[in-house]
Amino acid sequence: MQFMLLFSRQGKLRLQKWYVAHPDKLKKKITRELITTILARKPKMCSFLEWRDLKIVYKRYASLYFCCAIEQDDNELLTLEVIHRYVELLDKYFGSVCELDIIFNFEKAYFILDELMLGGEIQETSKKNVLKAIAAQDLLQEEETPQGFFDDHGLG
Amino acid sequence: MPAVRGDGMRGLAVFISDIRNCKSKEAEIKRINKELANIRSKFKGDKTLDGYQKKKYVCKLLFIFLLGHDIDFGHMEAVNLLSSNKYSEKQIGYLFISVLVNTNSELIKLIIQSIKNDLASRNPIHVNLALQCIANIGSREMAEAFGTDIPKLLVSGDTMDVVKQSAALCLLRLFRTSQEIIPGGEWTSRIIHLLNDQHMGVVTAATSLIDALVKKNPDEYKGCVSLAVSRLSRIVTASYTDLQDYTYYFVPAPWLSVKLLRLLQNYTPPAEDPGVRGRLNECLETILNKAQEPPKSKKVQHSNAKNAVLFEAISLIIHNDSEANLLVRACNQLGQFLSNRETNLRYLALESMCHLATSEFSHEAVKKHQEVVILSMKMEKDVSVRQQAVDLLYAMCDKSNAEEIVQEMLNYLETADYSIREEMVLKVAILAEKYATDYTWYVDVILNLIRIAGDYVSEEVWYRVIQIVINRDEVQGYAAKTVFEALQAPACHENMVKVGGYILGEFGNLIAGDQRSSPSVQFQLLHSKYHLCSPMTRALLLSTYVKFINLFPEIRTQIQDVFKQDSNLRSADAELQQRASEYLQLSIIASSDVLATVLEEMPAFPERESSILNVLKKKKPGRVPENDVKENKSPTPMATVHHNNELYTSATGQADLLGLSTPPTSQPHSSSNTGVLLDVLGDIYSKPCNNVSAQNSSIADFKKFVCKNNGVLFENDLIQIGVKSEFRQNLGRLGLFYGNKTSTALQNFVPSLVWAEEQATKLSVQMKTVEPVLEAGAQIQQMINAECVDDYTDTPSISVSFIYNGVPQKISIKLPLTLNKFFEPTEMNGESFFARWKNLGNTNQQRSQKIFKASTPMDLQAARTKMIGFGMQLLDGIDPNPDNFVCAGIIHMRSQQVGCLLRLEPNKDAQMYRLTVRSSKESVSVEICELLADQF
Repeated sequence: MQFMLLFSRQGKLRLQKWYVAHPDKLKKKITRELITTILARKPKMCSFLEWRDLKIVYKRYASLYFCCAIEQDDNELLTLEVIHRYVELLDKYFGSVCELDIIFNFEKAYFILDELMLGGEIQETSKKNVLKAIAAQDLLQEEETPQGFFDDHGLG
Repeated sequence: MPAVRGDGMRGLAVFISDIRNCKSKEAEIKRINKELANIRSKFKGDKTLDGYQKKKYVCKLLFIFLLGHDIDFGHMEAVNLLSSNKYSEKQIGYLFISVLVNTNSELIKLIIQSIKNDLASRNPIHVNLALQCIANIGSREMAEAFGTDIPKLLVSGDTMDVVKQSAALCLLRLFRTSQEIIPGGEWTSRIIHLLNDQHMGVVTAATSLIDALVKKNPDEYKGCVSLAVSRLSRIVTASYTDLQDYTYYFVPAPWLSVKLLRLLQNYTPPAEDPGVRGRLNECLETILNKAQEPPKSKKVQHSNAKNAVLFEAISLIIHNDSEANLLVRACNQLGQFLSNRETNLRYLALESMCHLATSEFSHEAVKKHQEVVILSMKMEKDVSVRQQAVDLLYAMCDKSNAEEIVQEMLNYLETADYSIREEMVLKVAILAEKYATDYTWYVDVILNLIRIAGDYVSEEVWYRVIQIVINRDEVQGYAAKTVFEALQAPACHENMVKVGGYILGEFGNLIAGDQRSSPSVQFQLLHSKYHLCSPMTRALLLSTYVKFINLFPEIRTQIQDVFKQDSNLRSADAELQQRASEYLQLSIIASSDVLATVLEEMPAFPERESSILNVLKKKKPGRVPENDVKENKSPTPMATVHHNNELYTSATGQADLLGLSTPPTSQPHSSSNTGVLLDVLGDIYSKPCNNVSAQNSSIADFKKFVCKNNGVLFENDLIQIGVKSEFRQNLGRLGLFYGNKTSTALQNFVPSLVWAEEQATKLSVQMKTVEPVLEAGAQIQQMINAECVDDYTDTPSISVSFIYNGVPQKISIKLPLTLNKFFEPTEMNGESFFARWKNLGNTNQQRSQKIFKASTPMDLQAARTKMIGFGMQLLDGIDPNPDNFVCAGIIHMRSQQVGCLLRLEPNKDAQMYRLTVRSSKESVSVEICELLADQF
């Protein structure tokens, strides 16, 4: 997989993960182009499209679109299921996830994705194992004292 | 504002809420700038920030960056976080570094140091964090710093499974950046044996890595085939409860299955071990069988996962292309999908069938679905699915169904989406030409194309119909009549006017006998369109008119009046003005003989492959549907190497390609043999001496460059290499143009010269270096200087290596620097020609002769074009037989010049040529003879 984008129905980018190095300018251009293309498509249409020399696989969950760019010989149907597995993980972690969860906890969304995929390849397909890894991370954090909580109250 | 979990940073949440509450873009930018100023002052301030605050601000910066704003500070603070002893701080630091990679070398050193520390940690969570960061950055520095640690981590017995998984994929990412980091030797077997690991997650990750390694070095990793087949076999026969959490919606390990099936597509079917081959076929059969079973769940996830495996299995079946039974079963399965209610499945089935159509085993089976596919093209709601249907029709088209498919495509074109029209026009044009048995049908199809979709008919298409009409006598009258009729439509497309103008200008005389299409009617019909056309078309029409003056002297004044019109003679368009005035003068001054010579019918175009196919390929880089049935691959133990475009396989002695019924007399390679026998042209069946395989298209491509200096030397989906060259005396200058056709940069781009040392003393070649990166879509130029010192044989090559998407590629191409390039044409009269000819023929050492069968249909016009391109002066009127070619030229070398005479005698009845070359140097005669004989 070359990259994954999450964006809203209004065309706002919520998450981007790049597995190949591109200059920022190109990333922005690609993002704009794909958001426009995909938002213009109708609901019953095919989830796959050819785009430059890549294949785009996308699926909409509620107000969010998940869009992946894969190489010519990658498997489209299974990419749909990578997206689904990611949605399931987010759902499980946040408890019926919504767009706001991803906006406010974007860093968590990244951490979960990093457990599922690494370097553009699927790393762990077992839902249980990914959640275990994330829980272990959270546990490490809870051992820390949230000292900032008080300092922060009311401060920008 | 939703609840923030765990370590929640309230300040961050407040900031995000503020941004969301901004009513306008301006307000948002204002809020962000305020925040940036705040963070900047905190970072610069005297008060030292604690870890928590640093984390919070870094996280805010990250959020701002992800909104699409540029961030140019904070990297140092993020790096500080890496060494924090609080996990949440460390994690945010790593996230920032991964997203905002900065090549600042100072920082990279610090980052690498922190990663090193974490890699050495006892806590697997820390180790994984470090591995994820390395994989996310994936730069060359990372490869250098960790290239030795990570392989150890991967195969060590002490490493925990979760770490192994990350290590495998991290290594894969680094391998894509820098190929040399993978150790060979005993490591190979240890890496391959990860396929046997107990932990499914480890196997899944390792399979991705092995797939990439195999692509680079198939032979070394061949051992993975039997392990992969065993693993696959265990999965497909497993019940869905066996694999517990690796079963996805009742499908056992779909990700691993797909990866294993992909891995096996790097090899041809294993032949040396029939057991493995049998087991693999059993697996594939089981997968096909399962597809027929009723679904275990109604959920789309179940069917997607199941079909993902099925499609990958079909890809492997197509790749192996050796089991007729499996291919036909696959085809039937896909046929069922064509009427599935899931759009995605119909799309994939059409796509996959495209590949089946190119296998000789399943081509016929695919054709059975023609009707459904035609319906898909017409009825599908989604244009991308209709597009796939068009691709499939194109791929399944052959002689038996061409007329029907072309007709259906033409019908559909009337209402087709604008986005696919141009491509369809190209496809129809290619199919009509390829499968035309009757060229009147071809002409009809192309004119229909122009009528239906004139705007989408590119130059290549209408040039091509003209080339074909000009080269084929039998269709010229029909073409003239048809364009004449087409032009009578009240509104006709400008492209129709162009084709009509050109064809009537050449062949209008063939229909002039009919009163309804008399010369004057033809002229008036064309001229009625003139004022509606663009200057370019008008220019073409002016040429048609002047040709009419030659064909039909009776309408000369009518035409001269048009030339004289102010709108032409004083046209603001310089080209029109010039044509009008020159043609007018020509028609006034020149005698009818001169006119007849100047305005003679166009010579036939050299027979060559249609350029339309190239246009189609350019339109779809990466995936061009084919319309060629491949022969099946017989199973061999050899691995298929995808990435080595070795162009020049030495043509081994493939005898009798031409299918001569009489056994060929063996002709000694040394062409100085000029025995009496050879003079009896036509009685000898000589074998082409150098055995150039007609099937090797790249050699055929290169051959063109013996007679031309500019053009596209090489092209595939990734790269186009063009050449422009000029020669003066014994010096040559070549410009090579490398164009990157992909959307990613080609790395480590290095062209290098391949030219033996001893050869280099005869032809010295200097090549300028080029930048090592060829950016996406960019073109770079490389200059090459050559000096001919002494005569030489063969021609230098260049070998171009680069890395595309982490995969090394290598292309080698011959340079158009053959000896004949250093010819200077020499004009001479018959007398001196014969005198020299006799003079040079005194000893056998000076002459070289070849008698050979024509490898392409004999076409004297085409031969003429080649002779001129070859570089010698073509001398007309010297040989008593007008079909023979006689040429003279001088080859310039540093210290000497070699005069060279040549005679080429075509014998149409025998379809053979005799070529004689005489020069003052034997080796020159031989080489020139070789080079030229190859052209016919």
